[in-house]
Amino acid sequence: MKQRLPLIITALFAFWILGALRPRRDPEYAFGAFGRLPVVFNGRLQPIDSLARNSLTRIREKDTANLEPVKSWYERPKIISATEWLLTLMTRPEVADGWKVFRVDHPELKAMLKLPEPNPAAGEDGKHYSWNQFGETGLKQIEESARNIQENKKDSSLRNAFDNATLGLYEAMTLYLRLKNTVHPQDTVGFAAEIADYQKTIPAGVKAFQQRMTGSGTFDTNALTEVFGHTERYFVTLRGEPPLLIPPAAGGDATFAWQRMGEALLDPSFGAPLLKHLMRVPKAELSPEAAAEGIRLVGTRPLSPAVGHWAAMADAFRESQVAGFNTAVAGYQTYLESLRLGKALNKTAREQLYNSFAPFSKTAALYIVAFLFSCGFWFNFAEWSRKTSLHLVQLAFVVHTLGLIARMWLEGRPPVTNLYSSAIFIGWGAVGLGLILESFWKNAIGLAVATVIGFSTQVVAHNLALGGDTMVMLQAVLDTNFWLATHVVIVTLGYAATYVAGFLAILYVVLGFFTKVMTADMGKSLSRMVYGILCFATLFSFVGTVLGGIWADQSWGRFWGWDPKENGALIIVLWNALILHARWGGIVRERGIMNLAIFGNIVTSWSWFGTNLLGVGLHSYGFMSGAFTALMIFVGSQCVLIALGLIPQAKWRSFSAATSGAARPGSVTV
Amino acid sequence: MISKLFQFLSSLRLTVVLLGLGVVVVFFGTLGQTSDGLYVAQERYFRSWFSYWTPHGAAFPVVPLPGGYLLGTMLVINLLVAHFTRFKWTWSKSGIFLTHIGIILLLLGQLATDMLARESIMSFREGDTRNYSESSMDFELAFLRSAGSNTLDQVVSIPASRLKPGAELRQELLPFAIRVKEAYENARIRLRAPVMDSNRPPAATQGVGARIVIDEQPPTRTMDARNVPAAVVELLGASSLGTWALSGELKSQTVTVEGTEWRLEYRPVRDYKPFALTLLKTTHETYPGTDIPKNFQSRVRLRNTESHEDREVDIYMNSPLRYGGYTFFQYQMGKEQLADGGRGTSALQVVRNPSWVTPYLGCILVGVGLLVQFLMHLTKFIARRKPRAV
Repeated sequence: MKQRLPLIITALFAFWILGALRPRRDPEYAFGAFGRLPVVFNGRLQPIDSLARNSLTRIREKDTANLEPVKSWYERPKIISATEWLLTLMTRPEVADGWKVFRVDHPELKAMLKLPEPNPAAGEDGKHYSWNQFGETGLKQIEESARNIQENKKDSSLRNAFDNATLGLYEAMTLYLRLKNTVHPQDTVGFAAEIADYQKTIPAGVKAFQQRMTGSGTFDTNALTEVFGHTERYFVTLRGEPPLLIPPAAGGDATFAWQRMGEALLDPSFGAPLLKHLMRVPKAELSPEAAAEGIRLVGTRPLSPAVGHWAAMADAFRESQVAGFNTAVAGYQTYLESLRLGKALNKTAREQLYNSFAPFSKTAALYIVAFLFSCGFWFNFAEWSRKTSLHLVQLAFVVHTLGLIARMWLEGRPPVTNLYSSAIFIGWGAVGLGLILESFWKNAIGLAVATVIGFSTQVVAHNLALGGDTMVMLQAVLDTNFWLATHVVIVTLGYAATYVAGFLAILYVVLGFFTKVMTADMGKSLSRMVYGILCFATLFSFVGTVLGGIWADQSWGRFWGWDPKENGALIIVLWNALILHARWGGIVRERGIMNLAIFGNIVTSWSWFGTNLLGVGLHSYGFMSGAFTALMIFVGSQCVLIALGLIPQAKWRSFSAATSGAARPGSVTV
Repeated sequence: MISKLFQFLSSLRLTVVLLGLGVVVVFFGTLGQTSDGLYVAQERYFRSWFSYWTPHGAAFPVVPLPGGYLLGTMLVINLLVAHFTRFKWTWSKSGIFLTHIGIILLLLGQLATDMLARESIMSFREGDTRNYSESSMDFELAFLRSAGSNTLDQVVSIPASRLKPGAELRQELLPFAIRVKEAYENARIRLRAPVMDSNRPPAATQGVGARIVIDEQPPTRTMDARNVPAAVVELLGASSLGTWALSGELKSQTVTVEGTEWRLEYRPVRDYKPFALTLLKTTHETYPGTDIPKNFQSRVRLRNTESHEDREVDIYMNSPLRYGGYTFFQYQMGKEQLADGGRGTSALQVVRNPSWVTPYLGCILVGVGLLVQFLMHLTKFIARRKPRAV
């Protein structure tokens, strides 16, 4: 039985993972099909599902909406999908406004907005609040304080936790408002009827407008007022820059031709560019020729058929007509297919599958379980425990790899494009190295390090994902797959290797100091592992850093500019070289190398995150202030570990005379 | 005694200390950028022999540090001495040799770049032609005289660094001497307001200086702003020609001396090229519905009358133009006001770095060296394990 246990446990987890790939049926509304519909936001084409999840994550730190946050999980609170939440927000905002989806934690911020304290009887959990609970005054207050902070504390290092919480909530509210006006103005009741009304006013309104512009005699003021009554409503929705919902009627792959609903609605009358020009919107002024052309085209453009489809979907959902809604979604899908948007539709379907599969949160769970099994091995040396851990890590590594490949496929990019993906990739690299170590030593050390780093990097990635979309488009300077695939990948593998060495060293100190597990042999094998990994780390961080220099020489004209991120990478190279030279010179022994390697964790974290926190330099595109505290805590913890490592080994529980005798069974000697 | 010195200079202990100090210096050099800005921090921590780090607000230097030059020199000495005294060539150490030669090359290459590389900016509007680029740091005082029938001007230029208050400068081609009254590293000029500035005399007696005042500004250190120097000089011909206000913000002023018209300009130092670029078209694309830049691109026409070259080139991010020892990178892009014609503007960074090839060579050497060395370690390690593995 014990021999089969590892495979049985792994198979159970594999079934759990495969289960997530099974397509879900929608019992009523076709939310799945609706979630697959394409939309352009953050400059990229994505399924509504992604827009909904990323927005909800930004607002309430979870990608589902819990409508009864006051209930504990065992009381079965009503939880709806992000897509259902977004659809409701876009078409029935008065319902969504009552849902407690805004997460507010900072006590002073709650006090300022007079938000209710936890009170289960009144349905308040003290963390989640609805749009309606902020009220008019709350909205004004938050806007004023946010503006105040943005103006008076431009330098983000001056901002305190309250400021950051305020800005965070303000951004969440702005996003909420943008989404609310995506399909139609938020106060629309019957969208199709409203559009029909509007279209009726266009011919007379346009005629009056042209008479007015050419100054030819009198014009019908009423007709003009009537059409402006409609266009102004649509114009106002544009101010919030909602997602681009309407595909180009000509079809094709280009995301550039997509329009916001407001723009599409303005097309048959005045057109958004002309209206912006006439309303003197900054940066939207037209040259005289373009303005004349705009005036000539007034009233000549057709309304995009997509608008009608959206109106049908919105009205049906608003009136709770399940069949009507599902037919409307299917109708829009047929229309999209007729546009030869083929590739785009496939992409949104794949991305939706990727979202619901959520590979990285599954690997995080696997890493925890695997870590526990590898700990089990050290304390009773049961091989089945190590085998279970090994198979689970292998399974997780496969899922991790598939997740990375899926991201690369969706983005059409190498694996690392931003801080989020760098966290995922560092975890992947570390797990790979851990598995290699394990294949040599078979003492669960490689597994323990793989699982700890694998899990920690998923936590980091999860927190980075709270900022919103993790697949945002790349700025012009980064828009080169060649350098992303070489410099960025190699330098990130260098980070991963340095972390692996550092965590191996942590295991050495923690197991040695607190337990009797460490034998002299195990110590020696750990020291060899650290040495081997450090060689790897030196090679990769050096080559990666240098490739970065070559990229800089190619795109900015200097090989080395002492930019913070470059310096961070250089410090890693110098530090790794220092450890290797110290070892070669016999200046440090086993324990010394371990302490130096733990300090390598600090050096790497500084390069990975610290340099971005400085807010200067060419690489500072990934700033987030919340990371500063986390970084300081991590640095502090590493210092404590180094202090432990500095205590003479005679005082450790392992390595003392009693335990350093014969190797225990199960530990493989090298 | 000498052997002890050699022992010290070649020791691994010294290597480790130098690497450790390297980590410290690079760290403080990075921190220093937040208060000093990139350029000053670079000069202070890396292009120096000694430096010190002062935390925000502290009145006196706190951490003394070796400078980048000192560390680099010591590392090169350490490596060379170690190789001549301690090391014996064997094939098993070939990787280490390659790595160390590469490191020396990288260090020397960086020094050469520091000494030889020149950076400047070429900025123009669509339709403009330029045969020179301008320094982004240094200014010069230029006196220009049209030279008769020739279309080229005769230019006498004096670097801004020589404009020190009290200095009196003479140049044989100039029919006057220049006496410096005031000089500012960074200053803004503005029209003198008769009421508000009643207690401030105009900046100068002649030219536009009679209508403006100069407000001194603290020197800027950020990457996106630059210092605009200003000065007030008195021109002394047979008699005084009055005082003149000079600023990088002013266009040229004219002074007539002995019947010749001289134009005064206080302008960025120019570097003339034997060829010219014409900006044809700028392209600035963002991703739909966002402000995230997707592409900056300048289409230019390159003309060299000597070699009869005349072609069009696209310069964009990660794709510079390399020509005549210079490299032109897309640097900034903008658009002028609609009232001024609404034309696109573009700034190209122009770099001349004769030693650009050394880092490439150095990197290849180190990369190959490390790879060879570690692969040897790895194969040895695996070979030793094999017989024991079950």
